[in-house]
Amino acid sequence: MNVVVCVKQIPDPAAPARLDPATHTLVREGKLILDESDSFGVEMGLQLADQAGGGEVTLVSMAPNNETSGLRTALAMGAARAILVSDPALAGSDALSTAKVLAAAIKRAEPDLVIAATESTDGYTGTLPVQVAELLGFPSVTFSKKVTVGDGKVHVERQTEAGYDEVEVPLPALITVTAGVVEPRYPSFKGIMAAKGKPVDQLTVADLGIDAGQVGAGGARQEVVSVQPAEARAAGEIVVDEGDGYEKIVAFLEQLKVI
Amino acid sequence: MALDKIWVVVDRTGDKVAAGSLELLSKARDLGGTVEGITWGDAAPLAAEVGAHGASALHTAGDLGGGLPGPAVAAAAAAQVAAGNTPDAILVPQSYDGRDIAGRLSARIDRPVLTNVVGLEASDGGLVTEHGIFGGTEILKARFAGDGPGIYVIRAKSFAAEPGDGGPAAVDTWDVPALGAEGGATVLASHVEESEGPKLDEAAVVVSGGRGLGSADGYKLIEELAKLLGGAAGASRAIVDAGWVPYSHQVGQTGKTVKPTVYIAAGISGATQHMVGMKSAKNIIAVNKDAEAPIFSIADLGIVGDVNKVLPKLIEALQQRR
Repeated sequence: MNVVVCVKQIPDPAAPARLDPATHTLVREGKLILDESDSFGVEMGLQLADQAGGGEVTLVSMAPNNETSGLRTALAMGAARAILVSDPALAGSDALSTAKVLAAAIKRAEPDLVIAATESTDGYTGTLPVQVAELLGFPSVTFSKKVTVGDGKVHVERQTEAGYDEVEVPLPALITVTAGVVEPRYPSFKGIMAAKGKPVDQLTVADLGIDAGQVGAGGARQEVVSVQPAEARAAGEIVVDEGDGYEKIVAFLEQLKVI
Repeated sequence: MALDKIWVVVDRTGDKVAAGSLELLSKARDLGGTVEGITWGDAAPLAAEVGAHGASALHTAGDLGGGLPGPAVAAAAAAQVAAGNTPDAILVPQSYDGRDIAGRLSARIDRPVLTNVVGLEASDGGLVTEHGIFGGTEILKARFAGDGPGIYVIRAKSFAAEPGDGGPAAVDTWDVPALGAEGGATVLASHVEESEGPKLDEAAVVVSGGRGLGSADGYKLIEELAKLLGGAAGASRAIVDAGWVPYSHQVGQTGKTVKPTVYIAAGISGATQHMVGMKSAKNIIAVNKDAEAPIFSIADLGIVGDVNKVLPKLIEALQQRR
């Protein structure tokens, strides 16, 4: 079974994020890392390929400046190869344009199963995987919290408001996995060394047969009107606990008539 | 562009309209023009409530035959658009099925989506959206460009659900074009996970725990405190990912949005991902060892201390008052 895992390389979430004042897009500069949300998908892909008795995990990613540092992490975990779409024309793309680019790249890997995170940590639009599924003509199951494969089908426990649904879907299909669905492995030293030699196919928008005018800021059909500081909450009272901190909480709850 | 017609995706659990959809119907009614609901399954039991919240019509994609709502509802709506029945805006609740519908519809009608919307205002005949970014410290406003309806995916509790005096919505069934492989997912069984006490997203008091609890065992303090206050127990993504508590307890960007009277964040540092889901609480109490934790910047009362020392004393004090 061939599995494609969509991964995103993002700026370190621990570093303060900021917007470019001119374009209002997230500044994605410096070293990029593998989005932690995607490490669950990579692990799931590796486990499912194993379960199915063989097959490769291919990573598909879109990033500026041919950035591969985050991909190397996922390759070190065990993915076989990566397809990276990197093109200056993609800067400022909206989610639907991004989905079109990713769908075109994913097609090249001829996957039986496509795995993505439910949403990325930095942009979190959360609709991109389903857009990709629609463009590929695949069925999809989102918010998967448990996944098994067998007999050409994927069996998923899908998160719902009330609990979960058991959903079955024939391959080829796309699923999104929630964080915590599996425990991502740490890359071994051997894995890290092997990752350096694994193939990363670097593609441009033109390689995928997509018109550059349809993507990027020029092709985006949504625009930022303004960015302003939110109305700040009035600063509260901060006290250091000296063993009586709980009394402050009791008094506050009393004042609010909660107790 | 005027706002003559707005579609609202009516999410449902059984024969109950999801609260998020009632909020969107109310908002759409306030924006003026005609409001129409879009749902799936038997629409008749929903017609009165949907009508009372402002919709004149409720269209359904009909029986899903065990399939998920996304492909069928999106295909039915896209077919209407292709046939010239085009709304000016499509409002979708940011729920599990809502996002599926929005994603598929977006690709089908080739229009982008704006997600994580927390505010909408009419401007120049169109709509301007509001999004909280960087944990809600900044408000980004955006709008669609180009022709065709915009698809707005809106977070729960962004607007108030207010029933008016509208009569039942007129129900009709939309044709669903053949779905092919896309409609291949089948729901085999639905499981309800019962939890004691009020629901997380409806509770007046929410007590949430995070990494600072130290271990899965520490979460018992959260449950105990929530119970004493008649509230619900929540969690940060960090401890859900770590497997300490089920995902259904998660508060934040990927989890539930809560807006309680009192929110107690215990051992939670206040990552952006968490703040998005709770910063609209009326009162916030934070307990955290790290005085520099971002959660203190939005707390009405902050206790710099170890949750494993503060909470047991608090629990004891509350028990003594009973």
